[in-house]
Amino acid sequence: MKKIGLIINPIAGLGGSVGLKGTDNLSEKAIALGGKPKAIEKTMNTLMGVDIDEDVVFYTASGEMGESLLKKMNFDYECIYSKDDRSTAVDTYKCAKLFIEKNIDLLVFAGGDGTARDICNAVDENMAVVGIPAGVKVQSAVFAKNPKKASNLINKFLNGKSLLKKCEVIDLDEDMYRNGVIQPKLYGYLNVPYDKKLLQNKKARSPLSEENNQRLIAYDICDNMENGILYIIGPGSTTKAIMDNLNLKNTLIGVDLIFNKKIYKNDVSEKDILDAMDIYEKTYVIVTPIGGQGYVFGRGNQQISEKVINKIEKEDIFIVATETKLVKLINEPLLIDTGSEETNEKLKGYYKVITGYKERRVMKVSD
Amino acid sequence: MKKINRSNILENFHQAKWDEPVVFELSQPGERGILVPEVDKNIKEMFDINDLLPDNLKRKTPLELPEMSQSRVLRHFMRLSQETLGADVNIEIGQGTCTVKYSPKINEMFARNENMTELHPLQDDETVQGILEIMYKLDYYMREISGMEQFTFQPSGGSQAIMAMASLVESYFNDKGEERDEIITTIYSHPSDAAAPALKGYKIIYIQPDENGYPDYEAFKSAVSEKTAAFFIANPEDTGVYNTRVKEFTELVHEKGGLCCYDQANANGLLGVTRAKDAGFDMCFFNLHKTFSTPHGCGGPATGATGVTKELIKYLPKPIIDKKEDGTYYLDYDFSDSKYSVGKIRSFNGVAQVALKAYAWVMSLGAEGLYEVSKVAVLNNNYMFKKMMDNKWIDAPYIKGKQRIEQVRYTIEKYTEETGVTTGDIQRRMMDFGLHYWASHHPYYVPEPITLEPTETPSRADIDQYIDTLLYVMNEGFENPEKVKTAPHSSVCHQLIEDVLDDSENWILSWKIYKKQNNL
Repeated sequence: MKKIGLIINPIAGLGGSVGLKGTDNLSEKAIALGGKPKAIEKTMNTLMGVDIDEDVVFYTASGEMGESLLKKMNFDYECIYSKDDRSTAVDTYKCAKLFIEKNIDLLVFAGGDGTARDICNAVDENMAVVGIPAGVKVQSAVFAKNPKKASNLINKFLNGKSLLKKCEVIDLDEDMYRNGVIQPKLYGYLNVPYDKKLLQNKKARSPLSEENNQRLIAYDICDNMENGILYIIGPGSTTKAIMDNLNLKNTLIGVDLIFNKKIYKNDVSEKDILDAMDIYEKTYVIVTPIGGQGYVFGRGNQQISEKVINKIEKEDIFIVATETKLVKLINEPLLIDTGSEETNEKLKGYYKVITGYKERRVMKVSD
Repeated sequence: MKKINRSNILENFHQAKWDEPVVFELSQPGERGILVPEVDKNIKEMFDINDLLPDNLKRKTPLELPEMSQSRVLRHFMRLSQETLGADVNIEIGQGTCTVKYSPKINEMFARNENMTELHPLQDDETVQGILEIMYKLDYYMREISGMEQFTFQPSGGSQAIMAMASLVESYFNDKGEERDEIITTIYSHPSDAAAPALKGYKIIYIQPDENGYPDYEAFKSAVSEKTAAFFIANPEDTGVYNTRVKEFTELVHEKGGLCCYDQANANGLLGVTRAKDAGFDMCFFNLHKTFSTPHGCGGPATGATGVTKELIKYLPKPIIDKKEDGTYYLDYDFSDSKYSVGKIRSFNGVAQVALKAYAWVMSLGAEGLYEVSKVAVLNNNYMFKKMMDNKWIDAPYIKGKQRIEQVRYTIEKYTEETGVTTGDIQRRMMDFGLHYWASHHPYYVPEPITLEPTETPSRADIDQYIDTLLYVMNEGFENPEKVKTAPHSSVCHQLIEDVLDDSENWILSWKIYKKQNNL
């Protein structure tokens, strides 16, 4: 018996078509402006492509959050959370929490970055999650590329043909975003299935898992780490492996500073970084692309600000990334969005991205 | 009389399926296939065999070989042979990049001739003049084809040849006293182009393709430096795209003092067309078991014939076959400059039978024939390419509208999105029609890939039949996807649960390990 939890954020995507840059706290306004919900339709498209047999049972919330659709599609389901009026972020959170008690195998949700954030708060890394992109902002790496690809991922998961990897949940602060300030933040990680066929290699002793790949990158970095230099370690699970290798406390979704392989300060602000840089002669930055589109700067690591970057030489920036992350970006560049054209210009060009022990890939970085 | 009525499209095929045990399970204590004769009485009186062998060479326990009669051994291996899908029973188009062509049987007969099989590599040079002459001449043909100035046949496969090239690079810079630790390669070159130098301790730098599928020249430029020991590349890569700017790449590496190493595993469309030396390479290798028809894969042992320019000859493995003034051939073990040589790559001087078969193949074709091989291989591939691309569910990334060399990496991504049927499903279903089908090396940079290489040997009818079968299977994906997803149905074994294979804890690699795990 396979248990799938389904949460649809019925208002996801409403704000996009009416120019509201997101729907957080603004659903009434969006509807008034004529915004059309797309999440239910997109979920239906995904579920139509899923191989459902008698072994699969759904758990969901009432009404538009899932029950109506499952009823319409004649699937076997149990409604475990009821909501009379229009649902809010709190309902997503509460329903996802109940899924943990029900021991579900896979959580499928339709929404945007905001919905992903609510789910991340509720289930953490407790279960496998597939996101159907239906929101205005879908920058988090937890989303399938489109509803059809979401069906394929779910099928693979149900057939046991997938592995799990930690994917970033990032979201903009919408109030600031509407005022023209882009401030995307890394909120955490969800376990997302990925097609292991992408990486499996039967000739190798065992397929290189995401964790092992991260470990190899960490060995490379740590073997070459120099004393007397301040290291800025950006957020992410790949950079976390470096800190783990050094037995140092790490801030998964924040920036840490290390000096002589010891913590200088954890979870620092832009000011902390600038202060530290005043003390030490030389600074290296180690960052990993965040989110599905491959942002190196400007997504989830704003502490490493334009001011910080302008004090660093391009050669002193080290980008680390695993094969699974780069395989998707085969003909795409990595991206930067520092907020300053001049700084973007300075950072643009080719980088030898560290992808393993003594292994580099030349990647283009552009804005 | 009943009229014969066959479908041209599908070949009715059902593979033999035996519930055949592992050979060790068939062992019956005391059963014998060959009765070894007693030692001659006179000899027995003169020597005791136990006295002749030092104690440390004597086994403490008997060798655990299966004990079987001749007929049971024959039956066992005949059954196993029926459970394989060999090159001689299917239209070998499906194993792209492997260059599986028809290998003339007469060349096998040469190799099985007792004049060949009764030779021993430790015989005195004077008594093996024939094979030495053949290898010496084959070296010259290889030089003519590549522009290189000396070949060795020691490496016994493509990857070993790449390893040999990495070793040559290492020896060259050791000799020059330069410390260079970076090797540049491309992601569409063969995985061994990175793996072999990595094993030697080099740092590997990959170049990604640009929008046309060529290695990104700007990225390459940013990567080449005084740290670059060498550049390893296959051209064409497995996409079938030929990098016409390759000389600019090799020139840039030379400017910085590095070496250029050409992986010519994909040479079947290039014989008599391009030469490694002319493109600026310092060394290259050919797979005799691919391009030179000796044959490939489980058909027998292989050879990665590795050639170098004049400056690098002293770094080659020893011995080298040479000719004396009196016209006799000899193995040159001159170690006076041995401090440069990479040393032995394998025992003796490579697989002599493979060199013999390649020699016979080259001699049967001549220079014009070799050029014809490449022309037909490219023609076959582009005929197939055009026909494949007429199907809306099949695509091939890069250089739209242009031709490919000898193979193409296709994608059926849109088809998979529509039907849920993957390239792996189709691969298994093709087995039901007795045909090979290969996806790609890992990781799949081209999504849902198929790599096909018709070579020069299949006929147009063969190519048509292969495509028709493939399209039939793809159509099944729309009408009855379950049938494709659960394939194979008439093959020797059912679909494997791959998860089990992924976990090395489940691997039993020998009978000894099996016995140990089961306390037998």
